[in-house]
Formats: sequence, C-alpha cells, structure tokens
Amino acid sequence: MTNTPTTQSPAPQGQTVARPESRKSALGSLIRLREVPVTVALIALVLITYAANPLFLGAQGVKDLLLNATIMIILAVGQTLVIVTRNIDLSVGSILGLVAFFTGTLFATVPGIPIIVVFVAGMALGAVLGAVNGLLVTVAKVPALVITLGTLYIYRGLNNAWAGGTQYFADDRPDEFGALSVDTVLGFPLITLIAILVVIAVAVYMVGTRPGRDLYAIGSDPAAAELFGIPVARRVFLAFLANGVLAGLAGVLYASRFNSVGATTGTGMELDVVAAAVVGGVAIFGGSGSVAGAAIGAVLLTTITSALTALRVDKFWQQAIVGVLILAAIVIDRLAGIRTARKLRESEARDV
Amino acid sequence: MSDSTRTAAANANANANAAAAPAADTTKTISTLGKGRTGAARILLGRDAIMIYAVVVFVLYACIAIPRFASPVTVGFLLLDVIPVLLIALPMTLVIITGEIDLSVASIAGLTSALMGVLWEAGLDIGTVLVLSLVAGVLAGAFNGFLIAVVGLPSLAVTIGTLALFRGLALVVIGDNAVANFPPELTGLFTSKLGATGIPTVMIGVVVVALFFGVLLHMTPFGRGLYALGFSKEAATFVGIKVNRAKFWLFVGTGSVSALAGIYWTLRYSSARSDNASGLELTVIAAVLLGGVSIFGGKGSIPGVIAGVLLIGTINYALRLGRISDVVLIIVTGTLLIASVVAPSIFAAFTRWQHDRRVRRSLPQAAPRE
Repeated sequence: MTNTPTTQSPAPQGQTVARPESRKSALGSLIRLREVPVTVALIALVLITYAANPLFLGAQGVKDLLLNATIMIILAVGQTLVIVTRNIDLSVGSILGLVAFFTGTLFATVPGIPIIVVFVAGMALGAVLGAVNGLLVTVAKVPALVITLGTLYIYRGLNNAWAGGTQYFADDRPDEFGALSVDTVLGFPLITLIAILVVIAVAVYMVGTRPGRDLYAIGSDPAAAELFGIPVARRVFLAFLANGVLAGLAGVLYASRFNSVGATTGTGMELDVVAAAVVGGVAIFGGSGSVAGAAIGAVLLTTITSALTALRVDKFWQQAIVGVLILAAIVIDRLAGIRTARKLRESEARDV
Repeated sequence: MSDSTRTAAANANANANAAAAPAADTTKTISTLGKGRTGAARILLGRDAIMIYAVVVFVLYACIAIPRFASPVTVGFLLLDVIPVLLIALPMTLVIITGEIDLSVASIAGLTSALMGVLWEAGLDIGTVLVLSLVAGVLAGAFNGFLIAVVGLPSLAVTIGTLALFRGLALVVIGDNAVANFPPELTGLFTSKLGATGIPTVMIGVVVVALFFGVLLHMTPFGRGLYALGFSKEAATFVGIKVNRAKFWLFVGTGSVSALAGIYWTLRYSSARSDNASGLELTVIAAVLLGGVSIFGGKGSIPGVIAGVLLIGTINYALRLGRISDVVLIIVTGTLLIASVVAPSIFAAFTRWQHDRRVRRSLPQAAPRE
C-alpha cells in the first residue's frame, strides 16, 4: 500500500528536475507516456484481428466496437477522476442501474417528456448519489473503498425495491431516444460522440486547470496537498460528484443502447471499470494516469470480446485474457516506476 | 495516532513549562489525561464485545418476535448459508489487518469448483479430486502472493486482475457445463446435521479452521507481527518481521481457504459450475469490515469478524423468515457496513474534542508565560 512516493510521482514532476538529456528528444518522452502500452496493445489487437478477419473493421464492425465501448468509456473517465485522488468508487454499477431504471420510468410514466430533460434528470440523480459518497468520504473521513462498498449495496437495494420485477423495454421509449445509439455521424454513433466529448472535456480539465492539477497533488500525497493549501476535502467531494454525474449519464445512455432496464442492470460493472482504468495506466493508489488512457483501456477491454469472436477463439478464454491484461498493465507500470525512480536519483546525484 | 501525538505534545509543553517554572503543574497534566480502558472493561466494552452483544440481542429479538425462528431448522440453514462467507472471512481478516486486500477469493472458489467438476467427470477418484482442487487453490494463492510479496505490486490492483483471471480460467476449464453427479454419500455428508441440534456436520471443519486462524492471529508471534505490519511496514521490518514472507503466506492462506469454500459450495449444492460463488468477494469484505477490522490495517480480531458474519447471516435469515423481501437485505447490509465505520469515526472525533478541552483546561498556567 505504501509505495515509495517517487515511483508514483507523475511525469511533470520528473520534468521539473533538471534532466538535460530528456529535452533532447521529444520522441523519447512520447514513448515514456503512460498511455503508450495500452494504445500499442489496442492497435495490435485490432490489426491482428483485421488481418485474420477483414469484416472486423467493416462499417458495421467498427460501429459495434464503438457502441460496446461507449458506456465503459464514460464510467472509466469518471472513475479516473476519483482514483487519481487516491480514492475509489465501487458504487458506479449500482448508480448506473438506478439511473437507467429511472430513465425507463420517466419515459413510461411521463409521455412526451423531452429527451434533454431526461438527460438532465438522470445526471442530476447521479449527482445526488455521487454526492452522498463524496460527503461520507470527506466528512466522516472513512476510506472510500468501505463507503462505496456500502453504497454499492444500498443503491442496488433501492433499485431492487423500486423496480421489483418491473422491466422497461425499448418500446416504452421514444424512437428518437433509441436512435441515439443507431444513427451515426461520420461513422460514429451519436452516444459515442457524447462519450468522446466527455473524454475531451475531462482531459482538458485535468491537464489544463488548477483544480484538475490539484487532484494529482492530492493523490500523490494528501497530507502535503493539505499543507500546500489545496482544499482537499472540497476537491475530493467534487471528484465523487462528477463521477456520479458521469455514471448517471452512462445510465441514461445505457437505457438508449440496451433493450431492457430493470432491477439488476449494471450489476458487477464496478470492477470492470476499475480494471479499465488500471489497464489504461491509472495508478491504483492515485497521483498519476490520464482520462485518455482510461478511455483507451475501456475500449481495449470491450474490444477483446469482439476480437476473440472474430478470431474464432473460444469465447471462454475472454475473461482469462482480460485478467492477464490487467496484470500485465500493473507490471509494466511498476517497471516504468522503477525506471523513473532511478532516473530521478541519478539526476539528483548529478545536481549535488 | 493523533491522540498519542497530542499527548506527546502536551507532555512536551508541560516539560518546557517545568523547565521555566516549578515542576508542580506537570503531574497535574498527566494525571488528567485519559488512561484508556484496561482489564475486564477493555474486553467487555471493546469493539468485538459490542458485535457479539449485537448478535446475541438480535438472536433473542428474532426468537421472540419472529415465529418459527427458534428451531433447529433455523440453525441448520442459517449456518449452511453462512459457511462460505465465514470460511473466507477468516484468512481475509489476517490479510486486511496487514493492510492488504484479496478480491480474488470468490474467483478461486469458482475455479476450484470448476476443476472439481472436470476432474470428477474425467473419472478420477474423489479423494484425488479433492486434493487436486485444494492444491489448485494453494497455487492460485501463491500466484497472488508472488506478485504482491515478491514483485511488490499493490494487492488491490493484482487481485482485481486475478479476480478476472481465475474466473476466466474456471470458464476455460468447464465452459458453460455443470457437473452434478457427485457421490451421494459425500453430498449427503455436507448437508447432514449433528443429531437433533441442527448444526451441520461440516461446522466441525469450520470450527477447526476458525481456531487455526484465531490462534495464529492472537496467540503467536507471527500473528502479533501482522498487527505491527498493518500499522507500519517500515517499523515492522526494523523489528525483524519478515514482511514479504508473511504476506506471501497470507495470500496462500486465502487461496487455500477459498478452495475449501469452493469445495464446500460444490458439494453442498451438488453442482460444479464456473459461476459458483461469484460476487462473494464483496460480501466477505463487507462482513470482515463490519466485524471491526480496519481497512487501513492494524486493527481487528477473529471473534469480532465471526460475530460480524453471523450478524449479517442472522439478519438476512430473520428478514427472509419474516417475509421481508431480499431487497431490504442488501440495503441493511450496506447500511450496517457504513454505520459500522462512520460511527467509530464520529465517536473518535467526539473523544478528541473532549480530550482537547480537558488539556486546554488543565494548562491555564502555560498561558501567562507570553
């Protein structure tokens, strides 16, 4: 649990230390990006599958890939916000389920409700659920793993109580809503475009704004961040809130993408989301990683299923391969961390 | 932690005072500091004891208020349902006390179950099947232990990976088949009861495992070392605890006991499937945390955890008997979990406030110095 801070420090810290040789090649620093391994893995997977079965990258094939990845991308982006601050949110699957059922209920009980209102309402519900997590974590100062494990059960229970045996099907929803995950612009389904917008917006926030950078500082060393004057509790609360909003958005999109929503929608999704973030290079104990990496991780994990089908590999191997990927991602991260630590030590030795 | 630093600060303050002025006030400061509970009060008012009281009170309440609760049938089914969680919770307690976590336990149980099915169908002798399945669990745990203790990776991330890996291997081994034709004598043994008490026969084995881990944690140097390890890895290393070796064996422990739980699951339901026990990892962790183990490590005990498991099991069973739907069950589980961690934190904040006030009141002589 207590890795040395040096191995976890994000790349920017390495750049502030005088390291002349790193400035020499932009290519070198590009290769060292945390997102590189997962991107390479994704490209390799797609190319190999394409070589074996060209239909894999047909228009329909690409569309299916993107549709399958969309919801996981949004959840992984939200999860990254939380994990970077050295927290975790296990309740996202339950939030998604609750919001998806809420969406179904809205369409079924309020005929003619505008779609945009449903989006806002769904994200507002997600915000409330995320805020509960955030409040419990920051005010009661209890580890997020425990709190969100508790709310995972509570939200799922509320979903069960509310839904009972009821399920809402696509017929109950207006055609335009379902069309969101059928119609395409430039080959991209509309809901995937929404997901890409989310990735860009959150990426800009985390890279380019002060509160966004604060999240990394908090994750690297919460105590130091506090001393530095960063409002740690407020930032962590907002990370949970934003994650709730994104899980809510994912819930609404789930209702658009899939036929039925009911009491068990989204069960067991939480660990897949964390896995996607980890595969995408987000350090599980905070302080480094990016939403772009997490999004690519989500695409990789969801693509594996279709790739294995296209390669006619026994479908039963899929989950085992996902497991191996996660372990590989952690090992690569560890090796990169050791290298960074050594470089830092060497350059510090030179400065002295 | 912060209490003791405050105490130290107060002492240092008083000492500085004593250097400047006559030493009279030092004794006063120390004498008004809280001592903490000792002796019988410590045992009777501790976290474990409260959990045990909660179980006893709830059982009494259920016996009186819920018809048909007080019967041997209840005891039998309640325990049969609780055994997998109870088994895995025991080594998990040790793992969490050292500040690590193992999320792959349910997948190891599933893998064991799948392996049992395939080996039995291949015509192996049942004894060999059981031994090989147990060995598979040991190896799975050793794999976790190797990555965590030897390679030095974070256990949370590793076991999320092996959660997928072991469940995936279970699928590879058995696919979507199910094997059900285990020898009836054996499956019969696993659901049989000890005479008229209603206590399942397998509870004997569970008690042995519980005693093993209880003694290991509370009565051996190795166990005491785990607490030290949970508080501070560096300090534990300096006092000579073999940190990595301890961690490795703990993960072997969770792997082996998860295999036992997988074997139990297979024979109790007489069905070997790849999705056996799926999702159980979060139930186990919830029960362990409810039983008073700190997720940060360094705190917790086997009796408390057993009480935690039994409390969840009894409440679930009672609600089901009272015809309250499963819906409420998980809400109750979640609420109990949150309440069990938030309440001590509020309580700690209150004692700290009280302590601060006492210290402030006992040091008025320090003020006029400026």
